[in-house]
Parts: sequence; C-alpha cells; structure tokens
Amino acid sequence: MVRLATDGRSIPDPTPVTAPFFEAALDGRFMLQTCPRDGAFFYPRARCPRCWRADWRWTEATGRGTIYSFTIDRIGHDPTQKELAPFVIALVTLDEGPRAVAQIVECPIESVRAGMPVKAVFDLFRPADGGDPVPMLRFRPAA
Amino acid sequence: MGKRAAAIVGMTEWKPARRWDEPLFDLDAFARLGAELVEDSGLDKADIDGFCITGAREAPVLAPSAVAEHLGMRSRFNERVDLGGATPAGMVWRAAAAIEAGVCQAVLVLCPATPRPSQQVRERPHTSGRPIYMGGDAWGSPQAQFEVPAGLVGATPSYAMIARLYMDTYGLDEETLAKIAVEQRCNAQANPDAIFHGRSITLEDVMTSPMIADPLKLLEIVMPCFGGAAVLVTSAELAKRARHRPVLISGFGEEMTHRSITSMPDLLDSPVRGAAARAFEMAGTTPAAIDTAQIYDCYTITVLRSLEDAGFCRLGEGGAFVREHDFRYDGDFPVNTNGGQLAFGQAGIAGGMTHVIEAARQIQGRAGPRQQRRCDLAFVNGNGGMMSEQVSLILEGA
Repeated sequence: MVRLATDGRSIPDPTPVTAPFFEAALDGRFMLQTCPRDGAFFYPRARCPRCWRADWRWTEATGRGTIYSFTIDRIGHDPTQKELAPFVIALVTLDEGPRAVAQIVECPIESVRAGMPVKAVFDLFRPADGGDPVPMLRFRPAA
Repeated sequence: MGKRAAAIVGMTEWKPARRWDEPLFDLDAFARLGAELVEDSGLDKADIDGFCITGAREAPVLAPSAVAEHLGMRSRFNERVDLGGATPAGMVWRAAAAIEAGVCQAVLVLCPATPRPSQQVRERPHTSGRPIYMGGDAWGSPQAQFEVPAGLVGATPSYAMIARLYMDTYGLDEETLAKIAVEQRCNAQANPDAIFHGRSITLEDVMTSPMIADPLKLLEIVMPCFGGAAVLVTSAELAKRARHRPVLISGFGEEMTHRSITSMPDLLDSPVRGAAARAFEMAGTTPAAIDTAQIYDCYTITVLRSLEDAGFCRLGEGGAFVREHDFRYDGDFPVNTNGGQLAFGQAGIAGGMTHVIEAARQIQGRAGPRQQRRCDLAFVNGNGGMMSEQVSLILEGA
C-alpha cells in the first residue's frame, strides 16, 4: 500500500526503523547510519548490510553527492505521478559513499548530466490520510 | 563435457496474445501444461515425479501441495522458485540438480501466465496491488519509502539508467541498441507464433519511436502479453525413451546481489558474469563454441550487457560486437532466434522460458523456417528484476 499526498502522489510511509531519518529530514538534516567497521549505509535498516551487526550510529551527512546515472521518465511509470512527468530520476552517490535514488529538482530536465554535483533538499508533502507533513528527499544542482 | 545427468525432453509454449479468451486458474493451467508435456515428450505421466512452479494464485501459501493434489501426483520434488524473469532458467537447473542428486527422475517446469476467471470481474484497489510496484508498495519495504516516491517504479527507468551510464562511459550510440530490436524483429518474421509476426521494423522506426525513459525508446522495450510455457526435464536415462533429441543441461550458474537498481554495486558489472562463468566452467566449454545465444531481453540494453558479462565480448566492446555481428537466425551469431521477448512477446513468467524453449527447439531441429543450419550447443541467460537475478544455462544436444 502506497501512502499518498493530498496532491495524489506517492510519499514515504516511515517505519520504526526509518523514522529517525524522516524526523531529522523535517529540519533539513540528512542522517546516515554509520557502522564502526564498514562505514555509512543507506537506505536505513536494522543491521549493517556488510557485517550484519547492529552497533551503528546515526550521523549527520553533508547531503552532498554526485549523479551516478539518471533517466528522464517521460511517461510517469508510477501511476500516482503520471501527471508530473517528465521528470528526472537519478542515482546519487553521496559524498559519504552510499547511493540514494531521488528526483532532481530546481533545474531544467535536459540539463542533468552524470557526474553533476548535487545537494539534498527535503520538500514537505501533506498526507491525504491526515497526519504530519512528510519530507521527501530530492536533489538540486550544487553551487 | 560437463554435466550429462539431466535433459530437457519435452516442451510446450502457448501462442501469446494481448487478449486471452479462455481464463484459467493456475492449478488448471498447470494440469494443461503437464498434459502437453507428456504428449510432446512421449513419456508417461507415471514417469513424472516432481515439479517447479513460481506460485499459484489460488494457493498463496502451501502452493506445492495444492499442485500435487490438483494434478494427482505423488511428487518427490516440489519446488517454488521466485527469481523474476530468471525464474524459468532457475527452475531448469534446480530440476537438473535434483535429478542428479537422485531425488527424482522427471520434473515438470511450469510457467503459465493467463488471466484468471475472477480477475475479469474484480476491480483493483486504487492504491495497492498494482503489478508495476512488484510488491514494492508493501509497508516497510525500502521501495515504498525511498523509491516509489522518487518515481523509480517498474523496470524501465532502472534499465534506462544502465543504458545512460553505459553510453556515457563507452560512447555507445542509440542506433547500435536499435539494431538489436530490428534484428530480433526480423527473426520474428520467420516465426508465425510471434506477436509481431507480419510487422517488421526498420532502424528508423526504432529511433523515431517515443522516448519512454531516456535513452530507451518504445520499440526497445518489451510489450506485456498473455501466454504460457513449460518444459519437461528428466534424467539422461529416461530421456533415451523420449520422442525428440534430448537437450542435456550441461552447465548452470546463478548469482544475485541486489533487488533495486539503487543497490546494484556497479551498474556496469552484473551478476551475469559470475553465473555465466560457472555455467561455462561446469559445461567445460567457452563462449566461442556456442551455436546459439538466447538472452533474456526485457530491453535492448539487457542483451548487450548480458553478452558482455557472459564473456562473448569484453566490457565496453558490446557496441562493436552488435555492429559486427548479425543476430538473425541465418546470421553469423544467432541471438533470440524466435524474436525474443521483444518480438515474440513477454507473457509474464513465461517470457523467460521462451529463451530456454527456443534453445531446445534449435538443438532438436524443430525451429521450422528459422532453423539454424547447425545447432548443438546453446547459451541461455535468464535475467530478473533490475539486472538482479541471473541464471545462465549451457544446453547441449545429446
């Protein structure tokens, strides 16, 4: 079941594991879990995907990264985002190492290139089912 | 050389169609496919003592016992395989391994993909159960929280990002990818069962078809349809009683590292590399000896990348390889000779079986107008999800 915003688009539905990420994102902070042996990992999960241990800590990341690859979704493959197409979906390699996927905003879609430096932004969306606004990760070109 | 313990001895494949007039419950479809395999192989139902399925919509849990009951079997090998597009190839080697281990002697590998009677009258809920989410809309799944909202849904944007990175890294042009679609469509013109039989295309048609997710265009993307397919795998001993030339399963390999493209360690280094290397090693052969390559083709880029990682050419040389070779059934390097999924059709889970079946067909000399001149050794690659589940098979005529 996908959670929807008041404008009809899919938004994240946090779980106990991911809630700290979304709570920090409300203040514009990008939190990463960092394992003492294996370094940062993302998306949030209960155990480090490399050593399977749980002694990681939340650490604040720079929110900066580089576009690894991207596509322009011309048709809106997500049925809830059809009217929003075309938009850019990009894989971003964070400066701390892990990879995230998000839309690229605040620039013309045709200007996006692999290797472009980007900065995380969290835009707030109001859930259609009520409740607090939900922050959604996107990236914009970095200065 | 290689494993000679088990063979494909029977096959059946339903003609794909956009509209399917005869809805079937999965359990009933299994029975029909089984009957057709008995007929094609010339073996008896009593010989069969195992099966592989991916699931049964009528039995979300405890599906295998439902199959044994429904098909009236006393079955010794009851396997459920969940590898996306690589499922059928994954089933074939599991059947072969079970046979070699002495668990059973003849295994139905069943992949129906038809509408069910109830589906036609039931409306889907608006916000859940959409197939394009592939279960990624389940609460708590990373996809639901970090990917669906980003619009990373279905498979096309993911493969598009592989193609984008490949083009940026190796200077591949869009025409080279388009050539794959054109040649597979040519193959389909010699296959009356192909969904695009009678509709050939040109390079320009592909290049001018609508951009769906840059750089992938409409005619480089599979069109979903209905259909079904199955094979019968038996011991090499039992295969001697079969009607057609046994197709020995002489090597196999499987590997996976990720479900989402976001977590693929390197977009230009897929698990095909490990799966294919082990399949070739087990079979005691090399890419140079292969007569026909049947490569899972959800997109043109999938074919190019799979050929590279399987060792037919080096990473970065795929573009030159495509330009220098003729993939048609009468060409110098036949690939997806029945049209592949791009031109034959992608009937759900049966889509990945079409590569297994076409390889067996070519080896058995049953490919009709598109029969290759000589075909004793085939490479088959099954690919699932986001270039994630990979299964390679080496098939060899007895």
